[in-house]
Parts: sequence; structure tokens; C-alpha cells
Amino acid sequence: MELQHVNVKVFVDGELSVDLYRFVEFFHEWIRDDVLDELLIDVVDYQHVPAGPAVMLIGHEADYAIDNAGHRFGLHYNGKAAIDGSNEDRLGQALAAALNACTLLEAHFAAEGLRFSRTEFELFINDRALAPNTPQTLAAAQPQIEAFLKTALNHDQFTLTHDSDPRRRFRLTVNTATPVDFDAVLNTLRT
Amino acid sequence: MKASNTRWKDRLDGKLPADLAQEIDQFESQIELRRQGKIDDKIFAETRLRRGAYGQRYDNGQRYDGKQVRQLAFPEDKNTKGPGTVWDAPGMLRIKIPFGGMNPRQLEVMADLAEEYADGITHVTTRQDLQFHFVHIDDTPTLMRRLAEVGITTREACGNSVRNVTGCPYSGVCPDESFDVTPYARALSLFLLGHPDAQNFGRKFKPTFSGCSQHGCGLAAMHDLGYTAATRIVDGKEQRGFRFVVGGGLGAVPNQAKLFDEFLPPEEVLPMAQAIARVFARHGEKKNRSRARMKFLLRTWGIDKFKEEVLEERKKLRDDPRWTEYIDQAQSEVESPLNPPGDMPETNGNVEYTRWVKANIRPQRQEGYFTATVALPLGDLTPDQLRALADITARFTTGTIRTTVEQNFVIRWVSGSDVPALFEVLSTAGLAQPGAGNILDIVACPGTDTCKLGISSSRGLAAELRTRLEQKCFEMDQAVQDLHIKVSGCFNSCGQHHISDIGFYGVNRIVNGYQVPHFQVVLGGQWENNAGAYGLPIVAIPSKRIPDALDRITEFYLRMRQKNERFTAFVQRIGKAQIRQALDDLTQNKPEHDDDPSFYSDWGDPREYSTGDIGIGECAGEVVTAYQFAMTEAERVVFEAQLYLDAGNLQRAGKDAFAAMLTAAKALVQIQYDDVADDPDEIVDEFRERFYDTKLFLDPFAGGKFAQYLFAAHENADASFTAETALPLIEEAQLFIEAVHSCYNRMRSAGLSQSTEGA
Repeated sequence: MELQHVNVKVFVDGELSVDLYRFVEFFHEWIRDDVLDELLIDVVDYQHVPAGPAVMLIGHEADYAIDNAGHRFGLHYNGKAAIDGSNEDRLGQALAAALNACTLLEAHFAAEGLRFSRTEFELFINDRALAPNTPQTLAAAQPQIEAFLKTALNHDQFTLTHDSDPRRRFRLTVNTATPVDFDAVLNTLRT
Repeated sequence: MKASNTRWKDRLDGKLPADLAQEIDQFESQIELRRQGKIDDKIFAETRLRRGAYGQRYDNGQRYDGKQVRQLAFPEDKNTKGPGTVWDAPGMLRIKIPFGGMNPRQLEVMADLAEEYADGITHVTTRQDLQFHFVHIDDTPTLMRRLAEVGITTREACGNSVRNVTGCPYSGVCPDESFDVTPYARALSLFLLGHPDAQNFGRKFKPTFSGCSQHGCGLAAMHDLGYTAATRIVDGKEQRGFRFVVGGGLGAVPNQAKLFDEFLPPEEVLPMAQAIARVFARHGEKKNRSRARMKFLLRTWGIDKFKEEVLEERKKLRDDPRWTEYIDQAQSEVESPLNPPGDMPETNGNVEYTRWVKANIRPQRQEGYFTATVALPLGDLTPDQLRALADITARFTTGTIRTTVEQNFVIRWVSGSDVPALFEVLSTAGLAQPGAGNILDIVACPGTDTCKLGISSSRGLAAELRTRLEQKCFEMDQAVQDLHIKVSGCFNSCGQHHISDIGFYGVNRIVNGYQVPHFQVVLGGQWENNAGAYGLPIVAIPSKRIPDALDRITEFYLRMRQKNERFTAFVQRIGKAQIRQALDDLTQNKPEHDDDPSFYSDWGDPREYSTGDIGIGECAGEVVTAYQFAMTEAERVVFEAQLYLDAGNLQRAGKDAFAAMLTAAKALVQIQYDDVADDPDEIVDEFRERFYDTKLFLDPFAGGKFAQYLFAAHENADASFTAETALPLIEEAQLFIEAVHSCYNRMRSAGLSQSTEGA
């Protein structure tokens, strides 16, 4: 099974403490200052949409959003470009991009107390042809994702919960028993 | 680009309506041909526009970052999908929703597509279309296939074509309508889609249907073709018909449509539209795009000459059974409810419910049933909301929901006793926003968010006004609550600012040496009476002062209006000068840049304001003649013939080679004779008589050799092909196509090709 277009949502820990317009400003700075090693195009403000992608940074390879789907804010990374390599490579690329963005946001909004969860995030595949949300997909993908997470997190103290609604994209919620060290995971994924 | 595009093609093979499947396959081939440089940039631009694939801001590969204009380093930055339009730059896909009618399955597919191919947001437009933004051109065939699976097409959603046929979303259930216009809107939409007589316009062409004359749901007076239902009694029997107006439009210079027929009978709805399309195609402006809409032809000719030409053209049309075959069914078509009728509680002790009922619920003409307007801030909704809407529509109705020109949805046939439960589930989905159709329900075009022509941030302003009004709207005087606000990002009026009580459109002014976003204030337009009056431009005010201007206008109205005076009448009575005086100080005393930099940026965008990102708009499309389109089609078909040959399908390869020759021959014949049928015998006969016998087609060096290729292929059309016969035929087809091009060029040089194509 080919897992492309990997998405990651890292939830905000507790209530979002930053005015959403500040993300609009900051994402514009990311574009202007070439903060990421990928093509960033524009910022879109969707604050008016209830439980939506409140602020989006549109890129060529990927989009980033301060997303409020399900009324839970988080950093949502959406890998749009098809990527060569193995499933493990693609999962690693997406998780690294998401955690890197979280790290940058936390540093910038430290005074406002922005912090992302170290114990819960979501992984999903934004492609219903490659990964329909079926038991077959779960059976095929879960072992690969578990193996990837064991390496990335450097432990196996996590649980995966599957959202089985067939209308939704294939999605697993990852809960870890101990807090994830973003820097350590990033180091692992980059080596 | 999605990794799964080929999977979708395989998965949906044989499952789509044949005509839609073929069109999408052709578009996919055209994408490949453009990649190989085998289709001209300009022709590909108009081709994709006619498939709904529209350009978007920054698709010229550069963007102003607040300090300087920077290149966007797209990977595929050499290839283009139109003049100055980078291949990899994201674009918009417009999806036609005739008369706004949708069902739950279609809503669910929209949700999936928004997630997988766009930025997760589905946008309802001011012409009942849906739009996705930030879509890659390479993904559009897959999107189109998945839409086609649920009966939706993007064909002719943009470009110089017949755009979405809009219709009153309350048709069939409105207490004030003459009759249900839905079947007529559907029939016209299907009839004109891809119709050969509607392929050679200099600009777009917009039809609409309204069930009554007094409301604004269809906006007939601002359309190229506006049909308003009417009835009359003849010999004691009720007859249906339409008050038919033509040549309306907004744009920079709005134009009220002119009366063409006080009572157009149903059997004339389709043929008269066809006759108008032919007259517009033949006589409409093609060189100057800013004067190419039908309103300019009417302005030049006057309604009497226009009508005379159209009626003369009508007489020439060959009978078409589609003109009338739907009418008997139309008379009896009725939507059915899911649940029995019931009484609606107007209040349940919940102030939110009471507010929502007051503005969002309307009684149907069928007692015990109601429509519920789902008000969408700025016309946007999420995939989760679309799925919720699909579930809700299926739970309370037989699946009847429509988009509106106010960028909302209307759920129809809700039993009165279901209204409280409906409110609850809509609330859970964030879809029970109150104030539908009132001052809070602001309409806005995309503006600088995504439009290449946007001057000011219409959506940013609308969001800001909405946020402020949410705090106080329901405490305001009812006369103010009832006002409409519409915002356009530029003078082109996609936000329909001309037909609003209070309208704004984006302009730019220099202040202290810096560019500053402004909005021109337009007051007194009328949404009611089918866009019955256009507003007066009053004054341009800095964008950041528009909220103050709005407060000033509404306070002035309340203070100065006469008893029960409507806003339009108030503006006309008070006059432009006095209103301007009331706003004048907002145009003065502008802060220095360093004292208030925010004054020099737009709503929702922290970058210092610039108009440097404005590009070349695609609303007008590219003027590509029917000849050019046909020849591009001939080249596509012969290209595919080669692919079939390579794949060993000799019969298909030979047939396509001949089909390509016929297409090219027909393109040439149509320069002299529009009405040539799609029949090989007739095409070849006409070609022989008009171009071979007259020697027009004879090559200066090769003589009639290339024409003989066509004649021979025609004589052997029923033969089966071998490798020895298919390959030469493909080569001959390519040579014949080249000879057609040469002939056409010789004719153009001699001035022989201009009478019917105007380009």
C-alpha cells in the first residue's frame, strides 16, 4: 500500500492563547523570510468559518493551517505533492514538517504561552483512492505506521485509535504514554 | 499533483455519463498536448476556462511580500497554461450548479473533493456556482470525473460561454411566484451546454429565471437573458409564459436589461435563446473585450433592431425536438416532502432560535412547510459542514437543497414541526447563523484573496463588518437590519455592489506618497424587483474607515428618513451631495504612514498595501474563434489516432484519422456556412463545392493533392484498417490539417475569412 499525501495534526495544548490574526501576520513573515525550505505562496484567513481551517499558509508542496476542525485547534500539515521513497520516508517527512512548524510557532508565541500537545496527534492520508477508510486499509497501514512511530518516537509506548467513519479520510489518533520530545524526534527523522 | 489520478480514471471508467467522460478525456489530452507545446497558449487558456479551470492571483509566478515583488519558484516554471500563467501555480475550479439545485450525494462529494484537491473550503458564488481554490491544473481531470459521477459538470463555467443558468432557489415553493421555473431553467441549461451555436462568443453570456417580479432571487434585470414567470388567461384557461428581458449586466458600467417580449411562451424559451446566441456570436464585439458583452450590442443597435435580427434568425432555425419535449413534464413537475406538514413554533424560549426563525425561515406556499436558509459567512463552508448539510437535508427532506445568489443554501420542504430539530442540528454543525438576507448576511466576491483583478480586500472588509455587526445587529432598528450590503474587490461587480442598499467596490488612492486601499461607496441599489435599480456612487473612503462610514450611513438614514421610507427611496430623495457631505470628513485628515502604518494595509492582510499583484483577468477569457477551436480539436484527434496506432488499435486509429480530417474540413466550411451538419457526406460535399471546385483550397505547389486525401478517406470510410493503411492515413490527416491552416491563412490575407468570424 502506497501512503501518499500524509497529513499530521498536532493539537494545541489546552485553549488557544494567541489571537488568530497573529498567525496571519506570522505566516506572511514565513513567506517573506523564506523560513521553510519549500515554496510558500499565500496566507488565507478563514476565521469566519466555524470549526474550519482558521488561518492557512498555502504552499506548493504542502499547506499549513491553524486548524479548528472538530472545535480543536492544532497545527495541521497537509502534504500535497506526491513524494518518492518509501511509506516510512513519507510519514517521516510529514511528521518532521509538522513538528518543525510547531517548534517555530511555539518559539514565536512563547510569551502568549502557545504550546502544542506532546501526547496526542493525528496522522491521516488525504487520498481516498490510495487509502479508503476501510478495515483493509487499516490492516495494511497500521503495522507500517506502528513501525515508523517506534523508530521516530524511539519507544513503543503509544496507542493508535482508528476513526472508522467510512466517509472520512483514513485517520489514526496517536496517544503517547510519555511526552514526545519534538527536538529528539526531529533529530531522529533528519538523520 | 495527486498520486492517485490514474487510479480514479480506472476506477470510474465506464461509470460516467458517456458525453461527460468523453469531454474529460479530451481535456486530459489537451493538457498533455499543451505540456508538449502542441497547443497554443491562448487556445489552451480558453480551453481550460471553458472547462471551469480559472486562473488565480499570483499565477504569473510572482507575489508582493509587503516589501518587494518576489518570484515564486514553482518547479515547472517554464511551461504555461495561458499567457503569463505558470503551469504549477494553483488555480480555481468553478463548478456549475444549474439553478442552484443539489442533492445530499453531491454535497458529500464536494466535501471529499475540497479536502483532497483544494484548501478544504467550498465557496458559494453570487451566481449559485461552487468554487474550489488552490487547485493544481493536473488534478482537474480527476476532479471533473468525480463530479461527473454525481451528475455535475464544470463545462462552460468560465470563458466566453453560456455561464451557469441561475434560478430562484424558492421556485416551486414561493408563495409569490407565478409558477415553478425549475424545469425551464434545467432545460435551458442542458440545451445550451456545449451547443454549437454558443461556442463563438466574444464574451460570456448569463441567463437567469425568476418566479416572480417583486423579489430579487433571480435578479433578471442584470442578466443577458432574464426570464420572469408570468401567467395570463386566454379563453378561460391559464397560460404560462415569461416576461423576457435581454442585455442586462453589471460590470463597471451597469445596464438594466431591455424588454424583449412581455409574454414569451414556454415553447419559445429555448429557440429564442438559440437565436440570440447566434446573433450575439455573429455580431457581438470580439476585438475589444471591454465592449463585448451583449449589453453593448444592444446599446449599438437599440432593442428594436436587436429584436428584429433575433426574430429573423429564429425563423431560420431548424426544428429541434428539445425545444418542447420537456414542457409537458414541466407543467406537472412537483417536488415532494418527506414528512407531513406541521405547525412551526416561532419561539422556544431560546433567543438564538427566535432570531434564526425570524430571518432564516420562510413559509412555503404549501401550508405546513417552510424553507430554511443556511447563511454562510462569506459563502464559505468546510467539508464537515457539507457532510452535515447532506445528512440534514436527507433527514428532513427528500434531498432538496439549493444554493443562492446571496452565497447561502436553502433547504426546502421542511415540515413546520421539524423546524426546532432542524435548528438544533444546524447549530451543532455551525450552520445556524441568524440574519439571513439582512445586514449581517454580507455578500462579497473573492477580491484580493484569490482574484487576479482584485484591488481591495472585499472579503477582509466583509469579515470585519460582519464581526462588528454580530455584536449589535439584533439591537438595531428593523429598517437597518433589513438593509443589504454587498462588496466587490474592484469595479467589475462580481460582488454585485450595484444592486445593494449599501455597496462597496475596491479602488486605490495615493496618500502621502503611499498606495492606500479604498472602497467606493455605492448607495441605493435595489436587490428587490429582480435588481430593480442600480446604486449611486457617492465617494471613495479609505478601507480602514469603511466600518465608520457604515455606522454614519445607517445613523443618517434613521435620522433623516421619512416614515417607513425604504433606503433606495431615501437615497434618491436626499441625493448624492447631502450623503457625501455626511461622509466627507472620513476622506480627510489621513494619518502619516509612520503614525499609523495599519492605515496603509488592507483588512486581513498585514502587508503594506500595493496593487502590484494585480494581474490580467480571465473573466473575459481569450477570444478564440470557432475555427481555432475546431482546428485544435482536429489536432487532438489526430494526436490520439497516433496513440491508438501505437497501442495496436488499428481500427480506432484509422477512424480517428478520418475524423480529424472531417473536423478540419468542417472548420473551413463553417467560415462560409455556419449550419453545415455534422454529417461526413455533407461536410465533404460542402468542402468540395466551396473550396475544391472554387480552387480556394489548392496549394500553390501541391495543387489539390491534400484535398484528394480527404476524398479518398471518405470513399474508404467503411474499410477496415491494417498497419499498412492506418499509418499513411494518419500522415495524410496531418498533412490535410496543415493544408487547411494554409488555406485559411491565404484567405485571411485576401480578406476572405472575416465576414463570419470577426476576429
